[in-house]
Amino acid sequence: MTAYTATVTVRLKHGVLDPEAETTKQALERLGFELDSLRSADRFEIDLEADSSEAARERADEMAERLLANPTIHDYDVEVDER
Amino acid sequence: MTVSIIRFGGSNCDRDAERALSHLDIDAEIVWHEDGLPADTTGIVLPGGFSYGDYLRAGAMAARSPIMAEVRDAAADGTPVLGVCNGAQVGCESGLTDGAFTTNESARFQCEHVYLRVERDDTLWTAAYDEGDVIEIPIAHGEGRYEISEERLAELEDDDRVLFRYCDEDGEPSAEANPNGSKHNVAGILGDRETVAVLMPHPERATLPDVGPTDGQGVLRGFESA
Repeated sequence: MTAYTATVTVRLKHGVLDPEAETTKQALERLGFELDSLRSADRFEIDLEADSSEAARERADEMAERLLANPTIHDYDVEVDER
Repeated sequence: MTVSIIRFGGSNCDRDAERALSHLDIDAEIVWHEDGLPADTTGIVLPGGFSYGDYLRAGAMAARSPIMAEVRDAAADGTPVLGVCNGAQVGCESGLTDGAFTTNESARFQCEHVYLRVERDDTLWTAAYDEGDVIEIPIAHGEGRYEISEERLAELEDDDRVLFRYCDEDGEPSAEANPNGSKHNVAGILGDRETVAVLMPHPERATLPDVGPTDGQGVLRGFESA
């Protein structure tokens, strides 16, 4: 077994309104920053042990499918690194 | 017959629901989620509140608690299930109903009375109304914007699964009357079976005559036929 960190990033699907990001963007503009747009995302760093990076990825994928992301509104990606 | 009102950690409309159902002479009891669904359950309320502190997403944690497997089984067998506010979020997160309720367009918590247009009068939840009726019911949520793909929403609309839409006093589902940016002003929808319904507005808060309008009674009366 090898120790891995699987990083799952969950973000809203393209086209789904993100009112919190819009509010954050406006707050940055109030502080005098110039920016075109801002997107937010949730990142989960999951330490786990698995036989291979493929197995670690598969497990993290399933975590995203079943809980971390809501497929109605989210896309997600998974990165796996040895730790 | 007993309607089980499922209390999760952080539910806070469970007692309101119990009192409102009692007012309508509908037998109801609050059930702690870890105790499982009582065998004599003839109806289920997923109440409002902030189950699990809205961690991850509103309703996400409660939707994956063991009792929800029992709720899904009961729903599949035809037991009436009503999800209100956080209960509606739990309903969508658990797959009882399509779509998702997410952050209001305003990015604010909104607590106000709204008007709803009754889209169907042939379900147990709306038998007390006529199609097109305008009813006044309060909302209180920060994550009530109904989100779903346009394609799936079109299918639901074709199947007459939209139960309530936000509207103005005259029944027009205008953008101005949409309190949270919900797609097509959807406020409440039906599940695969019409005995399953979720809505963000609070019918239990519009049932007792002492606290204002009583337009919500009709929704709760859906449990009378259970």
